[in-house]
Amino acid sequence: MESFTKVTGLAAPLDRVNADTDQIIPKQFLKRIERTGFGQFLFFDWRYEADGTTPNPEFELNQPQYSGAVVLITGKNFGCGSSREHAPWALADYGFKAILAPSYADIFYNNCFKNGILPVVLAEETIAMLLERGKTAGYTMTVDLENQTVTDSEGFSQPFEVDPFRRHCLLNGLDDIGLTLQHEPDITAYESKRPLWKRGAVAA
Amino acid sequence: MPKTMFEKIWEAHVVRETVGQPSLLYIDLHLVHEVTSPQAFEGLRLTGRKVRRPDLTVATMDHNVPTTSRSLPILDQISKKQMEALSDNCREFGVTLYDIHSKRQGIVHVIGPELGLTQPGLTIVCGDSHTSTHGAFGALAFGIGTSEVEHVLATQCLPQSLPKTMEIRVNGKLGEGVTAKDIILAIIGKIGTDGATGYVVEYTGEAIRALSMEGRMTICNMSIEAGARAGLIAPDEKTFAYIQGKTFAPQHAEWDEAVASWRQLPSDPGAKYDTLVELNAAEIAPYVSWGTSPGMVIPISGLIPSPDDYADAADRRAAERALEYMGLTAGVSIQTVALDTVFIGSCTNGRIEDLRAAAGILKGHHVRAGIRALVVPGSVPVKLQAEAEGLDTIFKDAGFDWREAGCSMCLGMNPDILQPGERCASTSNRNFEGRQGKGGRTHLVSPQMAAAASIAGHLVDIREWDKN
Repeated sequence: MESFTKVTGLAAPLDRVNADTDQIIPKQFLKRIERTGFGQFLFFDWRYEADGTTPNPEFELNQPQYSGAVVLITGKNFGCGSSREHAPWALADYGFKAILAPSYADIFYNNCFKNGILPVVLAEETIAMLLERGKTAGYTMTVDLENQTVTDSEGFSQPFEVDPFRRHCLLNGLDDIGLTLQHEPDITAYESKRPLWKRGAVAA
Repeated sequence: MPKTMFEKIWEAHVVRETVGQPSLLYIDLHLVHEVTSPQAFEGLRLTGRKVRRPDLTVATMDHNVPTTSRSLPILDQISKKQMEALSDNCREFGVTLYDIHSKRQGIVHVIGPELGLTQPGLTIVCGDSHTSTHGAFGALAFGIGTSEVEHVLATQCLPQSLPKTMEIRVNGKLGEGVTAKDIILAIIGKIGTDGATGYVVEYTGEAIRALSMEGRMTICNMSIEAGARAGLIAPDEKTFAYIQGKTFAPQHAEWDEAVASWRQLPSDPGAKYDTLVELNAAEIAPYVSWGTSPGMVIPISGLIPSPDDYADAADRRAAERALEYMGLTAGVSIQTVALDTVFIGSCTNGRIEDLRAAAGILKGHHVRAGIRALVVPGSVPVKLQAEAEGLDTIFKDAGFDWREAGCSMCLGMNPDILQPGERCASTSNRNFEGRQGKGGRTHLVSPQMAAAASIAGHLVDIREWDKN
């Protein structure tokens, strides 16, 4: 798994609430069987005009000042809807390393940690302020997982909460399947006690 | 200490607990489909891992599949490749697959219950957010990402942090013409699309107990649209009767043992939930979504809201944007808006009871000129059952396209999509921008409401329909 310790760079505001995973990566791009190459399709329907190739000049991330942004600042309930992990794959492939929002949908939040993206929860008022600051060209932020702080180029500094185990795994880029497999004897012991009628796809 | 059903299921599945870490939960059933699994199988190959329990893993093809005749070639080469990847992966790793030529194929959340795979007290996962559907049987069922699909394939376990619990109690009786779909739309409208984030919801109350298993599945299905990790409904005699005799249901002595265990599942009297939400069923009208989020709903008798109705600035901007996207004007009756398309199907409302309800409205009527209408059964068995009952004839006589099973226009991954600007009354679950096709405009409704809308050419109040 990808690790994350600290990122410093341009921050881009996406001032919308409930941005769902259908917007982050529309369904027509879910047919690929690889994990890579999804960045070109990120926010596709917002990003491009109807022809699918002309960049929509209205769309926030198409502003030249946000080219190369690594931090995304956005509204509440980010990543709601479909469980598609293609959403964090697309965000990561596009170049985002950290997201700042007041809240996230559960599955998306979880998927981020599996892909080296740090989703940070900050208060709604704080996000409103950062969305405003993000409008200035060259606005830079630092998101530091080691010290659990978000800072910006204008003197803003705030600590954030993150589950200690998730933090540990992300800092070290741990393979969590490998971690579970270390408990193989426990899994086998559990299986030996499962009732016989839980047969799954084997008819009795 | 009295326990909730959720607590009982959770505790029965803890393989290991380590202080400061998520609990390791055992997964009883893993459902797999073509879209969210290829990278997971590839991960197994790269690490030399096997599928630990192919017997507890079942795959089907649903998201991508064309709903035209199965004898026609699949024209979308990328979709075809993804379906072939699933076939190859299932063969390589020994997983049971119901492909597009199988008599058991269908939407993964429709076939689980109809095969008897979905049972009370189980933990069920799938790389699909609507896995919450299976909670209707009292199973703890939730959607996962592809990395977690790989995790479950390799270990049959998943590390999980303990969610909070919410009781949503729907008291009293539903009025005539009001369905499970309207209950869940009313709930999402009330608590919001993030109202249950971090919670497992248990639906209780007289109106929930009165629902059929199909209706309960509709409710649990859309739990995710309120942000819930999972939705649960306590199993009862209806649940047991639904399961008994199904292909993979326990039999003989095992059946008795299973039922005895299932009877222990319902929450104990006095069990504590972290939050309670109450609704009065008698006050729920048929609901329809007007905007681009499942929380943007109104009773069919209501007016399209104004951004000024929202206190929060961000919500106000979202409402403005939604009105513009949907091509709607605040303060207007939603019943005056003309439709282009009607879609009946999906894991929310593509089961036999849904088709019967829609056909009941359509019988002897015809779809209004200019409306494209299609009905996509949730599975091959649903389709065959409907044909045995003659429902297909009612749909076809009314001017509906009668299709093969799949997810179809619910998410438009296959050729069934809306064109830009087209407006659709849909029995599906998401009205996101572009969900049914770029620029498409979705109004979520019940099957009865969709059927009546197809005849009228616009949304109508089903409660007044009989009088027309």
